[in-house]
Amino acid sequence: MTVEAAPLPQAGRLRSFVDFYATTMRTAVATQFQYRAANYFYMLGMVAEPVIYLVVWSAIARSNGGNVNGITAEGFAAYYIVWTLVRNMNIVFGAPFWEWRIREGQFSGQLLRPMHPIHFDIAYFAGWKFVVIILWIPIAVGLSLVFHPALSPSALEIAVFLVAIWGAYLLRTAVQETIGMLNFWTTRGAAVFDLYMASELLLSGRLVPLKLMPEWVQTLANFLPFKWTFGFPIESLVGNMSTQSLLLGLAAQALWIVGSFVVFRFAFRFAVRHYSAVGG
Amino acid sequence: MEQPVVHVGGLTKVFKVPEREAGLRAAAKSLVRRRTRDVRAVESISFDVARGEVVGFLGPNGAGKTTTLKMLSGLLYPSGGEARVLGYVPSKRERDFLRQITLVMGNRNQLQWDLPALDSFELNRAIYRVPHEQFRSTRDELVELLEVGDLVRKPVRNLSLGERMKVEIVGALLHLPQVLFLDEPTIGLDVTMQKRIRAFVGEYNRKHGATVLLTSHYMADVEALCRRVIVIHHGRILFDGQLSALGNEFAAYKTIGVVLENGAAPLDAYGELIHRDGDRATLRVPKAETSRVAARLLSEQQVLDLTIEEPPIEDVIELVFAQPQ
Repeated sequence: MTVEAAPLPQAGRLRSFVDFYATTMRTAVATQFQYRAANYFYMLGMVAEPVIYLVVWSAIARSNGGNVNGITAEGFAAYYIVWTLVRNMNIVFGAPFWEWRIREGQFSGQLLRPMHPIHFDIAYFAGWKFVVIILWIPIAVGLSLVFHPALSPSALEIAVFLVAIWGAYLLRTAVQETIGMLNFWTTRGAAVFDLYMASELLLSGRLVPLKLMPEWVQTLANFLPFKWTFGFPIESLVGNMSTQSLLLGLAAQALWIVGSFVVFRFAFRFAVRHYSAVGG
Repeated sequence: MEQPVVHVGGLTKVFKVPEREAGLRAAAKSLVRRRTRDVRAVESISFDVARGEVVGFLGPNGAGKTTTLKMLSGLLYPSGGEARVLGYVPSKRERDFLRQITLVMGNRNQLQWDLPALDSFELNRAIYRVPHEQFRSTRDELVELLEVGDLVRKPVRNLSLGERMKVEIVGALLHLPQVLFLDEPTIGLDVTMQKRIRAFVGEYNRKHGATVLLTSHYMADVEALCRRVIVIHHGRILFDGQLSALGNEFAAYKTIGVVLENGAAPLDAYGELIHRDGDRATLRVPKAETSRVAARLLSEQQVLDLTIEEPPIEDVIELVFAQPQ
């Protein structure tokens, strides 16, 4: 049984996709501009974590005769200042927020749109980053003046870094959104998120550069997603990696991104079947 | 013959809900063995809605109205039966289907909270791929019809409930949907605002030939907009027909209004006296006895005026809702 459908506005699929992403990103930027003071407080909070790591490791390096496993105090400075940018690029729609989204009825609204909710999340948080990056620049300059980072990347390293930070963003989005799907079956999905965060802290290069970890941890990290969201983008700019390592790293990151989105797609399909729209 | 815009056949939704007794022992027990119970929210309902119809979906809280609307809009997967809207299976949530429907839920905000509604409208334009020119003319028309001229420039969080509902409706209709699912769109609003939204929905239906399924606890909404109502209770359809026929089906009585020359005349013998004001009185009498009682009144009393009326729709609905499961 069919009925005659009303004529639909037709536009090129790619063009309308670009339009959607651009409009959503503009919306995100406009939203961020509503809270100028909150943005600065947020940035200060974000900077506190790497500054603590930086101060501790610089002190250890100095007391250790100038370096720790070959990383000098200036090397740590470069690592953790780049870290601040990578961390901001890594902010995505977090898994625990799925519970809020369901409870508040926001997810129902998103399901009613002729656009997969993941596109909104990717576009919105990508737009948000432009505000954060503008706010990050003076902070990075200030940290550089205080800690004197040793940083002299090549053009290739800069290019790989620029791709890798967006790759990290996409990978972390896919992983977090997949974990978020647990909220459709349990109200305690946060427990899995906590496990993810603890693993990320140790195996990504977030807490400690992976170079300082035991050999077996470094090997393990190569086969898990965490390193490709933190350690690899940072190392691509500060780690003097060979061209082959840089390109292999990008390939590994791309594989993880594709694999994670495939898993997310399946998880989402089952989650929606399970959805009871209790929040509205 | 034109196919129905909404076709529902044996539609069923069963929720599995966890349950346990209160107390620590029950909490510990539930760690080992979880108990669940099936809640049959919608039980094999069937109906069709034609293009351009405005149908009121009535029922008490928990009757299954919202669950039905959610299945028809693709938010919920049915547990059984079939549903088709504009020829699409809603649970597949195809893009072309979603572009032609909208679901407005009272008290639910889908606009960007921190931004003026105009920014959310722009986002909806991009989401629904509405051409710029069409978007501008539709937006301006809706803004004018709902009289929200200056409100669309204020951050949504600064709007009152009624104002927010109006801009919410503008946002939900920018893509000119053919099917509107309205779930208590006037809930919590003052009488003037309710009236305005009611008039707007009627106007939209007439102008665009849109099909509307409306749930509301305010009978004024239903009386103003819907000639046909579907009454649902305990997940089952109790009545599907003209609003005017609802009284015949469920009300076991009618009311007789009389104006007497002798205002003090006793009337208890004719029926239940529910109102008396000087020479005017209102009696409630069993439906089957209405003609006989009216004839008796006319012959035994000095009647200046007599009217026989169906009971108010609110009373009928109350009777329907009081039906045992």
